[in-house]
Amino acid sequence: MADTIIFQSLPPRPAPVRTEGLVPWIRSNLFGSVPSAIATLIIGGVLFYFLPKLLNWAVFTATVVPNVDACRADGAGACWGVIAEKYRLILFGRYPFEEQWRPLVATLLLIALIVASCTRAFWSKWLAVLWVIVLAVYFVVMAGGVLGLSAVTTDRWGGLPLTIMLTTLSMVLAFPLALLVALGRRSSLPAIRSFCTVYVELVRGVPLISVLFMASFMFPLFMPQGVSIDVLIRALAGITLFTAAYLAEVIRGGLQALPKGQSEAAASLGLSYWQTQRKIILPQALAMVVPGIMNSFISMFKDTSLVSIVSMYELTGALGLALNSDANWRPFKLEGYIFIVAIYFCFCFAMSRYSLWIEKQTNKSRLR
Amino acid sequence: MADAPRTPPKKRDWSWRSQAFRGLIYQIVLLALVAATGWFLAHNTAENMRVRGIQGGFDFLTTTAGFDIGESLFHFDSNDPYWKAFLVGIVNTLRVAAVGILLTTILGTLIGIGRFSRNGLVRGLCQTYVELFRNVPILIQLLMWYLLATELLPDITDARHIGPFYLSKGGLSFPIPEWSSAHLATLAGLGAGLVAAWAYRRRTQRRFEETGRLGSLFFAPLAIVIVGALIGWGAGGMPTAWEIPKKGEFAVEGGGSLTPEFLAVLMGLVLYTAAFVSEVVRSGIQSVAHGQSEAARALGLSRGQEMQKVLLPQALRVIIPPMTNQYLNLTKNSSLAVAIGYPDVVSIGNTAINQTGRAVECIALIMVVYLITSLATSVLMGWYNKKAAIKER
Repeated sequence: MADTIIFQSLPPRPAPVRTEGLVPWIRSNLFGSVPSAIATLIIGGVLFYFLPKLLNWAVFTATVVPNVDACRADGAGACWGVIAEKYRLILFGRYPFEEQWRPLVATLLLIALIVASCTRAFWSKWLAVLWVIVLAVYFVVMAGGVLGLSAVTTDRWGGLPLTIMLTTLSMVLAFPLALLVALGRRSSLPAIRSFCTVYVELVRGVPLISVLFMASFMFPLFMPQGVSIDVLIRALAGITLFTAAYLAEVIRGGLQALPKGQSEAAASLGLSYWQTQRKIILPQALAMVVPGIMNSFISMFKDTSLVSIVSMYELTGALGLALNSDANWRPFKLEGYIFIVAIYFCFCFAMSRYSLWIEKQTNKSRLR
Repeated sequence: MADAPRTPPKKRDWSWRSQAFRGLIYQIVLLALVAATGWFLAHNTAENMRVRGIQGGFDFLTTTAGFDIGESLFHFDSNDPYWKAFLVGIVNTLRVAAVGILLTTILGTLIGIGRFSRNGLVRGLCQTYVELFRNVPILIQLLMWYLLATELLPDITDARHIGPFYLSKGGLSFPIPEWSSAHLATLAGLGAGLVAAWAYRRRTQRRFEETGRLGSLFFAPLAIVIVGALIGWGAGGMPTAWEIPKKGEFAVEGGGSLTPEFLAVLMGLVLYTAAFVSEVVRSGIQSVAHGQSEAARALGLSRGQEMQKVLLPQALRVIIPPMTNQYLNLTKNSSLAVAIGYPDVVSIGNTAINQTGRAVECIALIMVVYLITSLATSVLMGWYNKKAAIKER
């Protein structure tokens, strides 16, 4: 006889708690603990109170048509009509109205070149040649006077093209200067070293606005009798000298990060100082500081807004130009500001994302 | 047939093949270039000034300024000399920079820590803030805050008020204690409290190092300071008179007040720089090895204790140098106040240039002021950095 053994199945284990998906995310991220839940409730309450008001102002009751009376009506929200009415003046400043395709074309060309320079596939010697050609074309198209284009003096250049041009040119011109200064600060020759150090520390100790004041008030005094330099060139010179000091510090950071063995190895191979720098040190150091250079570029892009204080009409100045003198539209300056804030934000945000991407690229070689 | 071996040049050899000689030549060339450029510029400037009939020199500083300044910590009117106007500007710059640095540090640290919050909403909000504020030029932010302050706030005649605080286009008015000599006793009590708190903190720290017993390093000293001030206040006879702003017919009178220009500059500087400071704090905290925070949790420290006692002190070493840069940036950016009419040193200098035509002198003055401020901040933070740096053998 045999006892019958009855197998009883164990009760099923409970399914694991879901850790993916919306509900678990909310549970752990918004109501994970009591303080967290309180914070969620407070912030959520504030957002629930203000967001509808903001949306109401910016979207639902906003006026899009360029009509002052519609904007002034009771209960009207944001007046985006001011942008529809003035965008040409804000974007291009005082550039002659019929000729505004020229800054558009020239700037698109410049942006395309910058984007190409940021793309790995285009990194070759021809890029430098391309830069020279594009910059020449840029100035021909902007200034005119040849090929049947009417001449436009630089004091009428303005808006976004001027912002982009000032940023790009000052970086391009400052880069070689910064390279020399950075090398000079690490030189073993005391006179060169102290000169570079004094230059960098002096410039970094003063605000950009004082350098721009210098460019607009003092540079005319510096020139010999009868020589007068265009205000655009003066501002560009000021910004370039300013940028070069900051850029030099960024590059110096890269130079310092290189182990000394690199330059010793180069010396033992019999390379001269300049050969060492050109073939061994700089390629490694510069690759390391590309994110830093990118950051300088972003802050320069923002800082060009200061030239509006010395009465040049880049994007910020052009907004004032468009709205300050027009009593009808002046009350809607806030919308104008939001417009240029959006432009600056798009450019800076894109550049900072690129900077992050390139940082990842350079770090890739170090990961195994 | 092999060439005769070339002997390397001696260190001191008057030949182009000697590195030392070449170095000397390079330096002489650079010095000559600098001197020539300097002479060229100075010569041109002197010539230009002579032709245009511009007077040079700093003697204008003692002449009457002839303009009024909107806000000043001490009395200034249009009969006062230029040097006093510049002094007002310098004080205004330092005032907005000092308050700005204090507020920026607090706000930036909070936001930087907020990026590590377990609450998704807090994290997202902090990240949005940082991306939004650091990607927009500070000049536009200043202009926008000023626009908001002058357009959206109510007129001064119907100022909005919460209790004794009045907010209007005329600025912010708030009550201040009416000054009397009895307050000296309060200040003395406060000073004594500070000294006592410092001594207590030292003792607690020493006891912790000797016996490992933890004492309060923040709240107990704070209580000592408050008690000291209260005792001083009591000894002075407990003056309770406050100067409360009252709404007059045309303006809010009495009490302390901040102008809309000051508020706009402060707001713009603090919100802009805090975005950068929070990134500095975040990268500092991230630089602390992950094992540290795991070890802290293994010891049973709460999340707050972990941050306060383990992560932040170690992060501080990484944070201080870039933080110094942000402080310097804030001080330099305060020069943008000129765009909205806050009378800082650049704005005063600008007015002086327009009135006297002494561009070289005024710009030199402005630059020297900023150079000294920058240098002083660097030295101060360098000293603090040395204190916070890891003590190595």
